[in-house]
Amino acid sequence: MNPLWLSHSTATSSIGRGLDQTLTALRVRRAGLVPCAFDTVDLATYIGEVAEVDAVQLPAHLADYDCRNNRLALLGLMQDGFAEAVRAAIGKYGAQRIGLFLGTSTSGILQTELAYRRRDPVSGALPADFIYGTTHNTFSVADFTRHYFGLTGPAVVVSSACSSSAKVFGSARRMMAAGLIDAAVVGGVDSLCLTTLYGFNSLGLVSEQACRPFDTQRNGISIGEAAAFALLEHTPEHLDADAVLLLGIGESSDAYHMSSPHPEGLGARMAMLDALKMAGLQASEIDYINLHGTATQSNDAVEGKAVSSVFGSGTPCSSTKGATGHTLGAAGGVEAVICALILQHGLLPAGLNTRQLDATLDLDYILVNREQQVARVLSNSFGFGGTNCSLVFGRAGKP
Amino acid sequence: MTLTAYIEGIGLLGPGLTDWPSSRAALSGQQAYQSHKTVLPPPALLPAAERRRSGAIVKLTLATGLEAIAAAGLDAADLPSVFSSSGGDGENCHAICEMLASDDRLISPTRFHNSVHNTASGYWCIATGAMTTASVLCAYDASFAAGLLEALTQVVVDNTRSVLLACDTAYPEPLHSARPIPDAFGIALVLAPQRSARSLAQITVDLSDASADRLDDAALEGLRKAIPAARGLPLLCSIAHRQNGQVVLDYLDSSSLAVAIALC
Repeated sequence: MNPLWLSHSTATSSIGRGLDQTLTALRVRRAGLVPCAFDTVDLATYIGEVAEVDAVQLPAHLADYDCRNNRLALLGLMQDGFAEAVRAAIGKYGAQRIGLFLGTSTSGILQTELAYRRRDPVSGALPADFIYGTTHNTFSVADFTRHYFGLTGPAVVVSSACSSSAKVFGSARRMMAAGLIDAAVVGGVDSLCLTTLYGFNSLGLVSEQACRPFDTQRNGISIGEAAAFALLEHTPEHLDADAVLLLGIGESSDAYHMSSPHPEGLGARMAMLDALKMAGLQASEIDYINLHGTATQSNDAVEGKAVSSVFGSGTPCSSTKGATGHTLGAAGGVEAVICALILQHGLLPAGLNTRQLDATLDLDYILVNREQQVARVLSNSFGFGGTNCSLVFGRAGKP
Repeated sequence: MTLTAYIEGIGLLGPGLTDWPSSRAALSGQQAYQSHKTVLPPPALLPAAERRRSGAIVKLTLATGLEAIAAAGLDAADLPSVFSSSGGDGENCHAICEMLASDDRLISPTRFHNSVHNTASGYWCIATGAMTTASVLCAYDASFAAGLLEALTQVVVDNTRSVLLACDTAYPEPLHSARPIPDAFGIALVLAPQRSARSLAQITVDLSDASADRLDDAALEGLRKAIPAARGLPLLCSIAHRQNGQVVLDYLDSSSLAVAIALC
């Protein structure tokens, strides 16, 4: 593929608002996971909650979109001058020439969960103030964002569970290459809700401790929430050495089981190999891998197998979910932005909460931060339904 | 900038529409269209455990997708796919919200994994053995056109065949009142980058600001407006008429899709 330039990016999660706070948290190894006190949830688990999401006010003319997920989206867009960058891109390319591709798994479903507590006792009807289309519906976050900016180009939500906001890069790449658009706003927004907390709990996949990716004692995920965005443009002739490029994307399906990964990690392996192939790179040319690393027994075991089958045991890797929690449909986007920070700041972030590395997995899983300039990194995102996506990013100038 | 592809197979299932061949007469106006409740066939291709767990959206996706691929004489396992739905499994969503509002919030694992928007895609891959890329999309009322655009970019940019599966199912009350989709409806299209012996029609698609076409038949027009996946009906009606033509499909409030159709 022709590399695409991540001209601007931003991430907001439980470890911080925007890039500076996110980078600082990774540097000082500060996790955002706390015991769950969300809404009325009575589960013994840790969550990665973004502070003061509900204090965010949507503009009056977009009041119909008001729900936790769109508040979090707006909070994310306000960081790092991202909204200004989108407006500048509109000035440069035109509102109809910018595509919008956002990932989410649960969108504003919390709004419906809350509305079901207020049903009419006689008729069972939902309260009159409940608006399905602009809150609950999976498209709501993209529809909010396009109206917020006045974007009039193609817009869509990708919702393939926990690969959603990695796969948006694939959809954006195709539409840019097809010439329908000149630039793309991509990203992911997923917010806390009862469906995912009680749902993952029903599968026995929620840990009662802060999640411990790749630890011998790992026993499940910590659910988080996040908003991450990037502006993709065609690569200009001249770029700063530390500019970040999207070099390759690999997408595959397990065709195995709805909620368990392929036991040999075949789909994951295909996604990584396809991403390398599209980037025109050998496995040995990747300097760091941001693992999906959810901290469930089976996910980490399968990903470990798949990674070592492609890369051997020598490539430094870690999961940043010990810091952010698993932000589900936003995870691919958050981790893409973390990859950009890694490339620009030469920091390989240690996996947090991992005390005893699973020795059965043959990986260079890093438990101490490394300050080291890197040129190319790969990020994995896998999800329910057996959906896999790997992204390769690189610095414009090699170190 | 236009995108060109060849339709090699069509799948169709909805109220009064049992499959593509038997629906052509009604869609071309040769026979009166009569609506009756959509009948979803059991998903025979799924293993028994998955068959029991599958909801309406899975049955609808499998039925329409397999019809289109069989008509094209292809193997589903080889095809990249695009799933576009305005809502996912409505019955399942209602059941979860009802439990989460009750004193017993312990929803079942099956309920939960059926709650993801990519449920149909997951079951599709299990049923067909497809390990190819699957794009799973939602664009509310614009979902059909959004899915068509994604499939076309796969075909044009990656020079591959692709199957579009645009399917919607109804919510039960009380969500039905908030989102009144009347019944299950799906369209599947196999799209190819080059003309072949199986090609039914060449389509050339561009973004437009023209108003979407309405259908002459009032009942079909009602269907088009009521179910997002049915916004693709003007394309199928045009092919059913066996005439070259141009249709405009509904997309976002800011744009539509202009589709030029040349029969092969």
